[in-house]
Amino acid sequence: MTTAPSAPPVPSRALAALRRDRGFLTGAVIAGTMVLVAVTAPLLAALAGQDYTTYHDGLLDSARGGVPIGSFGGISGEHWLGVEPGTGRDLFARVVYGAQVSVGVALGATFLEVLLGVGFGVAAGLGGRWLDAGLSRVIDLVLSVPVLVMAISLLAIVPQDWPRPLLLATVIAVLGWGGTARISRGETLTLRTRDYVAAAQVAGAPWWRVARREILPGLTAPILTYAALLLPTNMVVEAGLSFLGVGVRPPTPSWGQMLSSATTWFRADPFYVFLPGLLLFLTLLSFVLVANGLRRALDPRQREVLR
Amino acid sequence: MIGYLIRRIAGAALVLLALSAIVYALFYLAPSDPAILTCGKGCTPERLADVRAAMGLADPVWTQYWHFLEGVFTGRDYPAGPDVRHCPAPCLGYSFETDQPVTALLLDRIPVSFSLAIGAEVLSLAIGVGAGLLSGARRFRWLDRLVNGLVLAGYAVPVFLVGLLLLLLFCVHLRWLPFPTYVPFTTSPLLWAQNLLLPWISLAVIQTAAYARLTRAGLQETLAEDHIRTARAYGIPERRILRRRALRGALLPLITLTAVDVAAIMTSAVLTETMFGLPGVGQLLVGAVNQIDLPVVVGVTLLTGLIIVIANAAADFLYAAVDPRVQLR
Repeated sequence: MTTAPSAPPVPSRALAALRRDRGFLTGAVIAGTMVLVAVTAPLLAALAGQDYTTYHDGLLDSARGGVPIGSFGGISGEHWLGVEPGTGRDLFARVVYGAQVSVGVALGATFLEVLLGVGFGVAAGLGGRWLDAGLSRVIDLVLSVPVLVMAISLLAIVPQDWPRPLLLATVIAVLGWGGTARISRGETLTLRTRDYVAAAQVAGAPWWRVARREILPGLTAPILTYAALLLPTNMVVEAGLSFLGVGVRPPTPSWGQMLSSATTWFRADPFYVFLPGLLLFLTLLSFVLVANGLRRALDPRQREVLR
Repeated sequence: MIGYLIRRIAGAALVLLALSAIVYALFYLAPSDPAILTCGKGCTPERLADVRAAMGLADPVWTQYWHFLEGVFTGRDYPAGPDVRHCPAPCLGYSFETDQPVTALLLDRIPVSFSLAIGAEVLSLAIGVGAGLLSGARRFRWLDRLVNGLVLAGYAVPVFLVGLLLLLLFCVHLRWLPFPTYVPFTTSPLLWAQNLLLPWISLAVIQTAAYARLTRAGLQETLAEDHIRTARAYGIPERRILRRRALRGALLPLITLTAVDVAAIMTSAVLTETMFGLPGVGQLLVGAVNQIDLPVVVGVTLLTGLIIVIANAAADFLYAAVDPRVQLR
């Protein structure tokens, strides 16, 4: 006997709703652009003919303490977004490579969190009483860890030569999978009571097949909704860590680190604050809009509205 | 109730113990040498040897952890070179870099972080609940939109970005406020509040919107209940129904959130404190990271864990205390 077919993970009704959601579409376009910029950063920098490490002392006004010559932070045909005060490094190149760090770390951390969270959550939900009790305590423990403080501390003691972006994503994920695990466990406990899951179990399907065929499809919608909101949250954490100086190592640029160095320049060169600030805000907002659209389309409590 | 109390406290203590063990294991079994991380920036070979001997780093890690736990309850002596450094009862370690017990360093900084958290919480509760009640009772569509928009924006605006813009606007551009410096409440309450105003606002922006949304949802839910309909049928004025009956039901969920949120602010105010130069626990952590002062880093991590665990337990108790429907078992 084969198992009964379960509902598709993302119903077509939800897809139709997403296609009509203007907020979601705007967010998706901006978010997609940012991801594209992150992926093609070396290409874009080459197109501009710039790199993010070369100092251009000639473009700085040494009489005014190293502020770029010209308006809006020294924007010119050569330097599309101007140059960095104090060093004269090309800001366009720094911004696109910064996108790589921001978007990459956020995506990586979220992916790892979902992997860990769903793994632990489903195991707790499907396992017996003792396994559930044990794993639930572990999840509680993870949820009571002060994330930012712990991340700063961990990043401070790790040897400096470890690959930094990978490390950032891992640290953020290891400290932050508690929420995903709690949701996965709750959903699994609910799904377990459904007839089709019981049927599969009675038919003698091993636990891993039940998890993959019966539970995971049912988890897709709630986890997708939750993970979509984790993405901007993780991005804020990465920006914060880089802002505090425990993120990526110089000369690798990141938006948070640019903002932090901008704090010393914001009287003399306000444009230098606005550039990374605006980009960070736009990217975060686009991810939030996508997440919000997904929630509206997938949350069962809001389905009546969509019909 | 008493049984639950005891079990909840025991559970919290266990979580703390586990947390301290994990923190200790992570920091003292890390691929970096803990003696070098403890010795600090201006480390000399003699001091390094002193630190290694004083902390007993040659012992197995569980012996070290045991001594650490002993120190928390009974205090501890660190024999560094010719003199002995005493670290009194709740001893979380000794900072050789600053030559002070970690507990003393933390106690110095806690009032600042607490001032920051409590002010931001009061501000966001006052404005958030006010806006939530207004939009819940009267159906102002524009207020709903604003609140919903702000909740979304809350995810999109990191606190240091808000802080930076506020500084730029009020301290540089308009010059209405001086750059924040911490003034203790006991010195001058007015200067205390004036200097903390910008940090409070930057922390409160996001939370205010969340509170407003919760209050509105709670109020609408309560207003739909039977006892409200009964009260209306009796002809009790709407204003009185709102004040006497609906408010209580609407504010219940907020009370439990408050404890958790104060803890969340205290433990995540690292960015705000750095941004505004406030000498709180978060700034102590960042300083310790830059000075390579491991005992302080461990101390701050454990303190923030303690605050979160206490707040979670407090939230559970508060919830049971204000809502008679909740049965604690």
